[in-house]
Amino acid sequence: MRFIIRRLGLFLLTLWAALSINFFIPRLMPGNEATAMLSHFKGINPAALHALEVEFGVNNNENLLVSYVQYLGNCLTGQFGLDSARVPVMTVILRGLPWTLGLVGVTTVIAFSLGTLLGIVSAWRRGGALDSLLSPLLFILTTFPVFFVALLLLFIFGVALGWFPLSSNYSVGEAPSLSVGFISDVIDHAILPGLTLVVTAAGGWIYTMRNNMVSTLSEDYVRMARAKGLSPWRIMLDYSARNAILPNLTGFAMQLGFILGGSILVEYTFSYPGLGYLFFTGTTNHDLPLQEALFLFYTLAVLLCVLVADFATAWLDPRTRDA
Amino acid sequence: MASPQVFLPGTRTEAVDQGYRDAAGRLSRAILRNRKASIGLLLLAVIVFVAAFPGLLAPGDPQAAIYDQQLGPSWSHLLGTTQVGQDVFTQLIWGTRLTLLITVSVGALCTLISVLVGVTAAYVGGAVDGSLSLLTDIFLIIPTLPLLIVLSTYLEGSGTFAIIAVLVLTGWAFGARQLRAQGLSLRTRDFLEAARVRGERRPYIILVEILPNMLSLVVASFLGSAVYTVATAAGLQFLGLGNSGEITWGTMLHFAQQNGAIESGNAFWALAPGAAVALLGTAFALLNYAFDEIANPALRSVRRRRAKSDS
Repeated sequence: MRFIIRRLGLFLLTLWAALSINFFIPRLMPGNEATAMLSHFKGINPAALHALEVEFGVNNNENLLVSYVQYLGNCLTGQFGLDSARVPVMTVILRGLPWTLGLVGVTTVIAFSLGTLLGIVSAWRRGGALDSLLSPLLFILTTFPVFFVALLLLFIFGVALGWFPLSSNYSVGEAPSLSVGFISDVIDHAILPGLTLVVTAAGGWIYTMRNNMVSTLSEDYVRMARAKGLSPWRIMLDYSARNAILPNLTGFAMQLGFILGGSILVEYTFSYPGLGYLFFTGTTNHDLPLQEALFLFYTLAVLLCVLVADFATAWLDPRTRDA
Repeated sequence: MASPQVFLPGTRTEAVDQGYRDAAGRLSRAILRNRKASIGLLLLAVIVFVAAFPGLLAPGDPQAAIYDQQLGPSWSHLLGTTQVGQDVFTQLIWGTRLTLLITVSVGALCTLISVLVGVTAAYVGGAVDGSLSLLTDIFLIIPTLPLLIVLSTYLEGSGTFAIIAVLVLTGWAFGARQLRAQGLSLRTRDFLEAARVRGERRPYIILVEILPNMLSLVVASFLGSAVYTVATAAGLQFLGLGNSGEITWGTMLHFAQQNGAIESGNAFWALAPGAAVALLGTAFALLNYAFDEIANPALRSVRRRRAKSDS
């Protein structure tokens, strides 16, 4: 119980920290980025303009504390103002969200399962064919920057071989529908960005899983299981892997932050119109409200996953409950 | 871990030197015996050489836009030319210096902050530990790249120092957590108790007793930060943030991508700096990986396991 309360506390504090970063940075930084940006907005709905002024501290005759509270309230109710094309930021985000959610969601599940599985097998047959092949490959997987892998795949499979489309989420001229043709077109466009994320994310999980598994394999209870004559499969999965998987779960959060960051670079490389691409265009257009709302979204996504991972850990590992 | 050192009466500096010399000696022997570490070191040496003497390999001005634009690879332009007619190979060679400078400074500064925060938290304990650990956790959870993007927007055009500053701000937390954990495990050791009983002062205990025993973790923390920096700095520059006006591998990638280098038959313009970033990352990662093995003998591969002489 104490564990859960503490993790909830961390959740709220981090969320508050992210909100405060958004609020205070435009005020602390030199230059008049915010005023310049607000000049896009002449003649818009006064309430929306006011929300922006509150956030960026342009209206200096207001009390800082009052604006801060007002800003927190605006964020909690999802009022992030308008982007430079005067569309509500929430609408823009909701348009990009499904693409990123689909891309990152599916690739995370694949990378986690694949990474954990390969880690298990590689530790079980330590020094075997897979292990010796994996350990040099691991360097490549974990140290090659995401965007380099993206460019490489784009060059090999997109340009040189011409197997997959080079950019975007579906072909020009296709109307979104639930037809087989459209869905396969979407998958066709998602394969290279997805593959990039799987390739770069799986490495971390293989590495942690393998190393944890190496330690649990030398535990007494594994020797005991061997002595009892249990089948190798049971020792591998029920005894060793089961105990080794916990750090992989707790490391989930950091890995997710990594994947989300990677997805921004991947979406930029493939011009894939999800949240990451929006983040990039928001930055080049000096669309501060969009950019800061997206920062909050990414933080919130990681925080929620950390919370789920924490609860899962508490449920799976009684030792953490009273830590 | 090292056996506690007993210092006979003597000058303080001698004791300090001796403690570090022993730890450093153990460390360098371990590096030379490890194949991954040797390869990493060799790679790094080549990159440092290129950074030190770029004029030997590419005598020319990397910024000079004096050639035809967007040429493909040829003998006179090994990697082609850019959208304004600069030689890509010359840029690649001269970009090494700033790329390496950013990596090493961010790595060193991150490590410094990690050591300060981690060791203070572990050694002082109590409320100080509580608040420092909380701060560390918050920085660990907030996703790095989105935070960097938000910070860099306001620093646009401010150059190398700005990008170093934001990378340090977002990169120190991981090392701090590891060093705190190690510091906690050292805190109750007998040799520290002995130092306290001898009446040594805190700075002495931290510098002479604790840090030499954490040296391998400090080095590992530097290497980890360097790996992080190589990829993150390049990623940020790839998006066109940070120091776009200067030539680094990351900014080269940005202009290549903006001009559709891959699609328009000039793929090396993007792939070469990308590979260079990957190579630098690999050099640090190899060293880091080797350090893990040195610090944790259980991870060494079975066939090559040797007698544990330095664990």
